[in-house]
Amino acid sequence: MAVSPDKSRKSAKKPAEVMSKDELLKAYESMLLIRRFEEKAGQLYGMGLIAGFCHLYIGQEAVVVGMQHCLKEGDQVITSYRDHGHMLACDMDPKGVMAELTGRIGGYSKGKGGSMHMFSKEKGFFGGHGIVGAQVSLGAGLAFANWYRENDNVCLTYYGEGASNQGQVYESYNLAALMKLPVVFIIENNRYAMGTSVERASASRDLSLNAAAWGMPSLAVDGMDVLAVKEAGEQAVAHCRAGKGPFLLEMKTYRYRGHSMSDPAKYRTREEVQKMRAEHDCLDSARKKLEEAGIAEADLKKLDEAIKARVQEAADFSQSSPEPDPSELYTDVLLEG
Amino acid sequence: MTDILMPALSPTMTEGKLAKWLKKVGDEVKSGDVLAEIETDKATMEVEAVDEGTLTAILVEEGTEGVAVNAVIAQLNGGSDAAKPAPAPAPKAEAAAPKAEAPKKAPTTPQEPVEKEWGPTKTMTVREALREAMAVEMRADKDVFLMGEEVAQYQGAYKVSQGLLDEFGARRVIDTPITEHGFTGMAVGAAMNGLKPILEFMTFNFAMQAIDQIINSAAKTLYMSGGQMGAQIVFRGPNGAAARVGAQHSQCYASWYAHCPGLKVVAPWSAADAKGLLRAAIRDPNPVVFLENEILYGHSFEVPEDEDFILPIGKAKIERQGSDVTIIAFSIMVDTALKAAETLAEQGISAEVINLRTIRPLDIETIAASVKKTSRVVSLEEGWPFAGIGSEIIATVTEHCFDWLDAPPARVAGVDVPMPYAANLEKLALPQPDWVVDAVKKLF
Repeated sequence: MAVSPDKSRKSAKKPAEVMSKDELLKAYESMLLIRRFEEKAGQLYGMGLIAGFCHLYIGQEAVVVGMQHCLKEGDQVITSYRDHGHMLACDMDPKGVMAELTGRIGGYSKGKGGSMHMFSKEKGFFGGHGIVGAQVSLGAGLAFANWYRENDNVCLTYYGEGASNQGQVYESYNLAALMKLPVVFIIENNRYAMGTSVERASASRDLSLNAAAWGMPSLAVDGMDVLAVKEAGEQAVAHCRAGKGPFLLEMKTYRYRGHSMSDPAKYRTREEVQKMRAEHDCLDSARKKLEEAGIAEADLKKLDEAIKARVQEAADFSQSSPEPDPSELYTDVLLEG
Repeated sequence: MTDILMPALSPTMTEGKLAKWLKKVGDEVKSGDVLAEIETDKATMEVEAVDEGTLTAILVEEGTEGVAVNAVIAQLNGGSDAAKPAPAPAPKAEAAAPKAEAPKKAPTTPQEPVEKEWGPTKTMTVREALREAMAVEMRADKDVFLMGEEVAQYQGAYKVSQGLLDEFGARRVIDTPITEHGFTGMAVGAAMNGLKPILEFMTFNFAMQAIDQIINSAAKTLYMSGGQMGAQIVFRGPNGAAARVGAQHSQCYASWYAHCPGLKVVAPWSAADAKGLLRAAIRDPNPVVFLENEILYGHSFEVPEDEDFILPIGKAKIERQGSDVTIIAFSIMVDTALKAAETLAEQGISAEVINLRTIRPLDIETIAASVKKTSRVVSLEEGWPFAGIGSEIIATVTEHCFDWLDAPPARVAGVDVPMPYAANLEKLALPQPDWVVDAVKKLF
């Protein structure tokens, strides 16, 4: 199978119709922050400061950033364990995220959750879930609460193409379609579920049609292009806000790094990875569009430096924040009745 | 100058072999380039550059074995945000405290007197009591809703939710398709978003399809989020054996759920238990597993009429006072214990019967006070013996009352086999009053 995200939806509109120059600049900044943050996390992992599982989002940044541009106050986001990008896109503080990765009290979960388990109700981010596919029915439930309260908020529910084979994902399609829940199901198809390619895991050759039996509208989207993501996302979110029920988006994307830090990635060739990086990188294409729109290279360079400094600040904080007090072992098991 | 360190590439790696250098001194390197290959006992991995610059020195030759994680293996000239040369050790939270102690809730002076006096009572079935508890709480709080298979239009598979659809409407009394895993996750998600679901399982046997959502999502999230986000939700439905429904529909899950921190587990016996405890469970900010019993649904008991009647979770009740032996049971086994106590009384043995009401947190105070008085104890449950609730009760009694015991604690449990269908075999598999009588008499 070809590597390029072919046959998926390209934006038919001119870039400026999908995102203004300022919006695109903001999206670029957001994607760059995720890229640099993840590189730093990989580096800290290598130094032994981050332990356990650590799943990097490098390569997939356009998906979450494009979708986030479709949200408003009160909407929800939930995802799997590859979650750092989603948290940063939700405007969670990089310092709190990085400090959670290093297991410190300044982390979003006081160091008790780790890479896969972080939350910020305030920012509408509901985790960070470690059981593959479990977040999909939870996401339907977040959307259920919107339906119950009769507001027009929506829930973005992210999962990989690997999770898309889980039984409860199909149960959730059915429940959401049956009850017309405002949930956008977003398959981040990065082609590999750990080491198993999508062709070896799914008999379905077009994941965007996986919910067709429930009458759910869907789109296959070039997930490497932030404009295409936003354009499709707006359509999906508008559908949900109007009370028409769920929408499925298949984002054709790619992760440059291994499944987790301990993945030797022998299931694909280095050439395949390099080709995606060279031809479809979301940062490269956004940067090019920004230059075409007249943003000076010096300004972009300045932005790069500012992001690097922000990430370094997060890295420093994640090492200076203390470990949780031993008494924290026993807190947060139950709430007082 | 940036040091390039031997990276840790897995959760357990402490050292590895530097198998091969793919760059040489003088090469320009940019982020993402593969610098070297490293072999661990599990795999060969590539080391990617995370900074830009010129490779100025290679300090570990290729082929070197046992290179420790974080050793400097090469140096790079340039790179604006050089990695710290060596990670500073994590600031320790507390120098002193060598080991965190669990906050102890010392068994203080035995029990708050007797149960609060609630005044006049009326007779009702357990089924009616459960329905009333839900209706009262739903009237009081619009965030409370009921969801499950056949709870609405069918009026409940066991008629527990009869009439609720009429009173509260289809948005608050919701029929689900037969899809336990999905709708349990959905209910937990709704709870994370601030609603207070009551999720009915047609029986707890079917909840096994959804146990991942109950444990991994409902019970653990409060902890994993550092206290930010929990789930106020009640999982309820009949648990344990009904009658002649075979192995897959006749299991007690008390021990399964009680094993898990982050959950409360309640198992009512009487209609008063059912009403008072279900109201408390719905109001409790934590996930509560509420284990009912199908056979008890039709049994009648006296229930206080007071509209504020509610019972505390975590408090057992002495159903019969006695002085020679303590029998500890929950749910329908309280009936069996009371029958056994009756027979024992005829034989001159005074048995005290404790109705646990709550399995987790276990009411150690009431248990310990009783055992210290009687000096003998028998646990009784319908579920299997191995790692059952009886095991926990006996371990607890041994820890708290060892010096008071006149005989080894004994347990009576269901027979250690899947539930048979045949009437005679089923009866042989479930604890009968005479099993309890026999177990008690062996202690004397």
